[in-house]
Amino acid sequence: MSLRGKAAVVGVAESELGEVGPGYTPLDLIGQAALHALEDAGLDKSDVDGLFSASAYYHMPTLSVGEYLGIGPRYSDATSMGGSSFVSHLLHAAAAIDAGLCEVALITYGSTQRSGGGRLVTGSEADPYEAPYNPRYPVSMYALAASRHMHEYGTTREQLAEVAVAAREWAKLNPKAFMREDLTVEDVLASRMVSSPLSVRDCCLVTDGGGAAIVTSAERARDLKNTPVYLLGAGEAHWHRNISQMLDLTVSAATESAPRAYGMAGVGPEEVDLAMLYDAFTINTVLFLEDLGFCEKGEGGAFVSGGRISPGGELAVNTSGGGLSYNHPGMYGLLLIVEAVRQLRGECGDRQIENANIALVHGNGGVLSSQVTAVLGSESAL
Amino acid sequence: MRGMNPEAGEPPAEVYRRHLESGVLGFQRCAGCGAAVFYPRVFCPVCGKSDLTWETSSGRGVVYATTAVHRREGNSYNVVLVDLEEGFRMMSRIEGVPAERVEVGTRVKLRLDPTDAGPVPVFVPRDEDR
Repeated sequence: MSLRGKAAVVGVAESELGEVGPGYTPLDLIGQAALHALEDAGLDKSDVDGLFSASAYYHMPTLSVGEYLGIGPRYSDATSMGGSSFVSHLLHAAAAIDAGLCEVALITYGSTQRSGGGRLVTGSEADPYEAPYNPRYPVSMYALAASRHMHEYGTTREQLAEVAVAAREWAKLNPKAFMREDLTVEDVLASRMVSSPLSVRDCCLVTDGGGAAIVTSAERARDLKNTPVYLLGAGEAHWHRNISQMLDLTVSAATESAPRAYGMAGVGPEEVDLAMLYDAFTINTVLFLEDLGFCEKGEGGAFVSGGRISPGGELAVNTSGGGLSYNHPGMYGLLLIVEAVRQLRGECGDRQIENANIALVHGNGGVLSSQVTAVLGSESAL
Repeated sequence: MRGMNPEAGEPPAEVYRRHLESGVLGFQRCAGCGAAVFYPRVFCPVCGKSDLTWETSSGRGVVYATTAVHRREGNSYNVVLVDLEEGFRMMSRIEGVPAERVEVGTRVKLRLDPTDAGPVPVFVPRDEDR
């Protein structure tokens, strides 16, 4: 039985973003995001009976979140597979709602990694067969994938830089974006090398931030104050945890998660108005455009070149400015959903795309490890 | 006897370490499906059987992917994935070449780097390529 159109996102919010200052905890940001998402939905916390979270800070995240917010859910899901977890929570919430296990789900996340030291906070354990070589987690793993893509398909550093530049062009249109200064391909190429071929401008930001999304049944969604954004389809896939176990570094498990999501939604990439792709590194966008069917394998570098994913380009990709220029609080998946929902509701101001009816949200977690694709749609896409 | 695990025998990681200490790179071969398995385990991730036997690698491989990790101070160092000719892949480091000069496709051979934590498998370019 399909979950198509059975559940809808009815409220979304960010917490304070960027650098919130010392003293705030990740739970404080979750509190802010939950408060604003509930306001956005026109719901009270007492309506929430399903709780979904993942965290690098809290070992039992839904317990910590439930306690902080004073929510005692009857359904709790702390599925943890990195930054994609929250897109996964969207699918799991729809399934739980459809099964009658909960009715109003709160998906939430927060991190204070920038104020807390300016480095990625991760609970990732070192793999004993990789640790002796000191790869810098996670950038070196993505760099290895980039090196292979360049070798097999002739992808260039300039093409990767185009991804960062496009993200920046979108970020300039988003008042909440962390980095909004001009950025050129030359700037990216000249920036400090971190793990070749990836320079610091090929890497996502290290920011504080949090988010929340409220999901409920399509039926209940129609009685709420905001325009519902429906979950049309979603799919998950993962094949490895460590990069040395990834079979082909140029092909991610998105090649499985995407057909699952498209199949449930009954749409293909050609019908997608907006693609929110988890851009932890510039190579991600290239890989996912290929693996999600927007172009052939190996053509991602050409696809992103010449401003084709910038504002006014062929395909609207990462309209918030993405993890590269808008915000990346360690795990970013929830903020993909927030932007997609706002675009489908037409709330995005200067960066609003015209006639947005179908948005693809693609979450990535670990080191190209977990891949979760969701297709969201407005009422007219049902 | 406490601590006995007759089903699994010696812990796979211990067997691996013992191979390195005797100067060779060990890996497992599944007797059921023939797959080369690395890292060591008690379950074949290809066919799901448990009949994994130890073999010794020739140490000959090819660089599958490479990155040079840059430090704010000090020299950069490389991290690679090497495909061994027996059909398994591992993370490692190429020595004897500047970090940025390591290329995908470089043919390499094993060298064991003695460290305080025991021998660590690294690779150097194969002589016949020079």
